[in-house]
Amino acid sequence: MPSSNNKSGAFALALDMFFSQLRTMGLVLKQTFVKADTVEYPEQKPYLAPRYRGRIVLTRDPDGEERCVGCNLCAAACPVDCIALQQTIDDDGRKRADFFRINFSRCILCGFCEEACPTYAIQLTPDVELAEYDRKNLVYEKQHLLIKGVGKYPDYSFYRYSGVELDINGQHKAKGQAKNEKPPVDIKGLMP
Amino acid sequence: MIEILFKLLEILLIIALLIPIAAMLVWVERRMIGIWQNRLGPNRVGPLGILQSVADLLKILGKEDWVPPFSERTVFVLAPVIGAVCVLMSFAVMPFSPTIGVSDLNIGLLFFLAMASLAVYSVVLAGWASNSKYALLGGMRAAAQTVSYEVFMGLSVMGVVLLTGSFNLREIVLAQQEGWLIETQFVGFIIFLIAGIAESHRLPFDLPEAETELTAGFHTEYSGLKFALFFLGEYLGVTLISAMSVVLFFGGWLMPEPLASWLPPLVWFILKVFFFVLFFILLRTSLPRPRFDQLLSFGWKYMLPLALLNLLVTAALKLGGVIYA
Repeated sequence: MPSSNNKSGAFALALDMFFSQLRTMGLVLKQTFVKADTVEYPEQKPYLAPRYRGRIVLTRDPDGEERCVGCNLCAAACPVDCIALQQTIDDDGRKRADFFRINFSRCILCGFCEEACPTYAIQLTPDVELAEYDRKNLVYEKQHLLIKGVGKYPDYSFYRYSGVELDINGQHKAKGQAKNEKPPVDIKGLMP
Repeated sequence: MIEILFKLLEILLIIALLIPIAAMLVWVERRMIGIWQNRLGPNRVGPLGILQSVADLLKILGKEDWVPPFSERTVFVLAPVIGAVCVLMSFAVMPFSPTIGVSDLNIGLLFFLAMASLAVYSVVLAGWASNSKYALLGGMRAAAQTVSYEVFMGLSVMGVVLLTGSFNLREIVLAQQEGWLIETQFVGFIIFLIAGIAESHRLPFDLPEAETELTAGFHTEYSGLKFALFFLGEYLGVTLISAMSVVLFFGGWLMPEPLASWLPPLVWFILKVFFFVLFFILLRTSLPRPRFDQLLSFGWKYMLPLALLNLLVTAALKLGGVIYA
């Protein structure tokens, strides 16, 4: 701020202040002709990226079987304890979730469950319209969570990638070399 | 007898139009501020959101009209009424068009200044009766601000009186048929406008209710209908200062000849007032609030000498025969 000790300085300062205010008003007035940034939400949806962390789903593998093996890692990773499930072994010897329940009134959509999941079963989707009039409707059961598709990983099937080393009849078989198996996932790779 | 009835009808009609206009201004202001901040503003209720004020009114009427037990009850209830009534009274001397206008008071301009001074009682009494520190600080600021800015508000319009030789607002308008007074009273107009902003305590001079420091200033403790009355008073005040600027400096309902025949005088008056209302809203959007001591020193150190100088020069030029009304 310039000194206002002498009289001409004070006058110049006053004039300067006056024109500064006028300039501010002019700059604001110019905004009349600038388009508004508003996205009018219900009619006009904002773009959500494919990896946006929204509503949680349970996906199926390419064969249409449930990917979830009920290992409880998602429930353990969940910081707000909103996931509850029980593992069961079906007649075909495959492990599945007996029940799978997510309480979306607790869920903070952090995505830790998705990171913890060893079978890519649990995934977050770009859908944020979860509002309900009744709080108890926010508790999603397995039939609400399970979708028909494969989600973000189209050809991933847990059982094909995760074979075990075997020695059958003196014949050695490394991981992923048996029938219907694929080589193990490179966990140090960056690509999803 | 029939004339009195017609007069009463005219008064009722003006009040019945002014209050909805003040309510609509809330919507206009929110829309315009939205546009100037690259937003849309309220656009959901009715076409373009025009019914937003109705929704706001219904909401505010549905609120509990609470009188704090620690307040001075009578004064607390009276304060918002004084504010709204004082501003409405000023419209009594306003010449809206050649035929519309409640009263051609010979001291119309003085009456307006008197009502503007009385309106400060509303704020001061509200601040005092609320018995809360924020309200009291707001009321105190309002008193100091209004007393300081009233001084040169009166002085700034004396140039107009000097040139037209009348305190009657209708005669002041009629004296501008040759040319609006803004031509010779530009400085007077700027001073009047600044004083008017301070008088109606609108941003940037809204220190009595500065929400960032005083929660809501003098109306901190008010709710429901009484709060609505304060709101009404504020927006009517904006309309009043705009209308007064038009009458005193921009020729009221008068327009230069090719334009004057296009629209009726009342429409021209309303258009001019609306222009100034928009200017008030632009001020609110763009300028920050000064500190309280800055506000007072600005008033006394710059505006008052400037108003005196303007009066002096106007008088000298009028005596010298350089300018006429």
